[in-house]
Amino acid sequence: MQLYIRAMNALVIENLYKSFDGVPAVKKVNFTIAKGEIFGLLGPNGAGKSTTINMIAGVVRLGSGSITAFGYDNQRDYRHTRRMLGVVHQEVVIDNFFTIDQALKLHAGYYGVKDDPAWRQLLIDRLGLRPHLHKVMLKLSGGLKRRFMIAKAMIHRPQLLILDEPTAGVDVELRHGLWDFVREINRQGTTILLTTHYLEEAEEMCDRVAIMNHGDLIALEETHELVRRLSNRQLRVWLVDPLSEMPAGLENCQPQLKADGRMLLLNLPADINVGTILAQLCSQKQLKIRDIETDQSSLEEVFIQLTGMNGGANGL
Amino acid sequence: MDFDLKQRFYPWLPFFTLLRKEILRFARVSKQTLLAPIVTAGLYLLVFGATLGDRLSIVEGFSYAQFVIPGLIMMGVINNSFANTSSSLFMSRYLGGIVDLLVTPVSPPQFIMAYTLAAMLRGLLVGSVVWLISTMFATLPWESPLLGILMAMLASFMFAQFGLIAAIYAQSFDTISMYTSFLIMPLIFLGGVFYPISILPAPWGSFSQLNPLFYLIDGFRHALIGFGDTSYLVAFGFSGALAVILFVWAAWLIGRGHRLRA
Repeated sequence: MQLYIRAMNALVIENLYKSFDGVPAVKKVNFTIAKGEIFGLLGPNGAGKSTTINMIAGVVRLGSGSITAFGYDNQRDYRHTRRMLGVVHQEVVIDNFFTIDQALKLHAGYYGVKDDPAWRQLLIDRLGLRPHLHKVMLKLSGGLKRRFMIAKAMIHRPQLLILDEPTAGVDVELRHGLWDFVREINRQGTTILLTTHYLEEAEEMCDRVAIMNHGDLIALEETHELVRRLSNRQLRVWLVDPLSEMPAGLENCQPQLKADGRMLLLNLPADINVGTILAQLCSQKQLKIRDIETDQSSLEEVFIQLTGMNGGANGL
Repeated sequence: MDFDLKQRFYPWLPFFTLLRKEILRFARVSKQTLLAPIVTAGLYLLVFGATLGDRLSIVEGFSYAQFVIPGLIMMGVINNSFANTSSSLFMSRYLGGIVDLLVTPVSPPQFIMAYTLAAMLRGLLVGSVVWLISTMFATLPWESPLLGILMAMLASFMFAQFGLIAAIYAQSFDTISMYTSFLIMPLIFLGGVFYPISILPAPWGSFSQLNPLFYLIDGFRHALIGFGDTSYLVAFGFSGALAVILFVWAAWLIGRGHRLRA
């Protein structure tokens, strides 16, 4: 059964552990990424995301546990797994000796794949690199270096593309262009594993997210389900006639009266929907409703709630 | 967008690509990697060839220029083979570019072979040009050309391995230049480039026999001019054994990813 799971998925991580100088960085982490999925690995700085990704990519040695990519063990069958993976590293990695064009040709060869000029040209055009093709890396701007790194990671047509903070320090226009490109290659069959500090991007892009904190995997589920389950949904009901006392039977919604009794504030549990509660207020409590407002947490708020962080101060 | 995920894999292409990249790397900065060492060797040749070469003779039957040229060729081979692997690998480590290789299917044997062959090519290129320049000052009898070429190849192979090892252990560029200034150059100069160790008084002659570079230089000179302080068997045996030790050491480090993979 386990062999079947490993073969059927793009990535299977089992009991992955790594420590540096005796300090655990990744603690017995397990997760699976399905073929064709866009999977987000999130967490604050130092959570163990990059260590996990670097173990998958082969840059960091495994402490213990196993990583299986498309049915191949990434230690024993590393030549198989590495050619299926494309990695955009968090740090900008370039070779100042070569131009973009030369470096892309060389990079295909490192993966044992012959240079495909049509594919190379396509990547160059899609990532807006054509005007800079014959510049040496040293003369490229930060954004161009990022774009080149994505082209480099894609040049051998990987089946799993790993993007470790690909949009860090990148302008809004490029970010949008990049995510459009990622969606497109995902539609064509490439599985995506990404980490990002822009949680609204993860919420928008990812089918599922895993959240790491202090080396542990503290959440793993479908993005919208995670947000729905853990979000603090609030319903503000504006009333025609002010209330002087709280209606009975709303205790599970932690009701509060605001604005001199003209607004009823309800915190909705995950299993109660807005329609049900409104019907209850109108029919059973005979309340006349003037207006309603709803408010739902974002992935960012769920993230902060789970990791115990208080926003940007911790390097979100 | 045409997006065919099934691509044919050529198992040796990673090796040839890395070899090509390493050759392109030193060719791109050829003023520094080829021209500079050739000019340095040319200056030695000018001093010992054109000025002192015909006026001195420390080995009967040979001019000083004939005696010193094999050592100067070997010096070019050794220095440049070492410089190529040590600077290339250390820069990759230092600037972070090594991760680009670590995520690819380049295997450890392919990694070592590509770095080694590029370094050997640079070392032997410099050595060949030094020899060509030397023909302006003296003609060598080339007593045993095959053994001479083999010894030059052995020297370049050995110092390519040493360069890999140095690059893996080095903490800074200073460390790399210290290997050159405080280890390789003294060993070359004391290894009989400029004099036969047989003329040294005791115990310096015996000490010199502990210098591994003595066997490379002496064996090479023996093959080129027919005079050596030791036999071919000892020169090749000692140098070959040391080359194997260095190769095993480098292979062990790279196979384990020592200081390359965290």
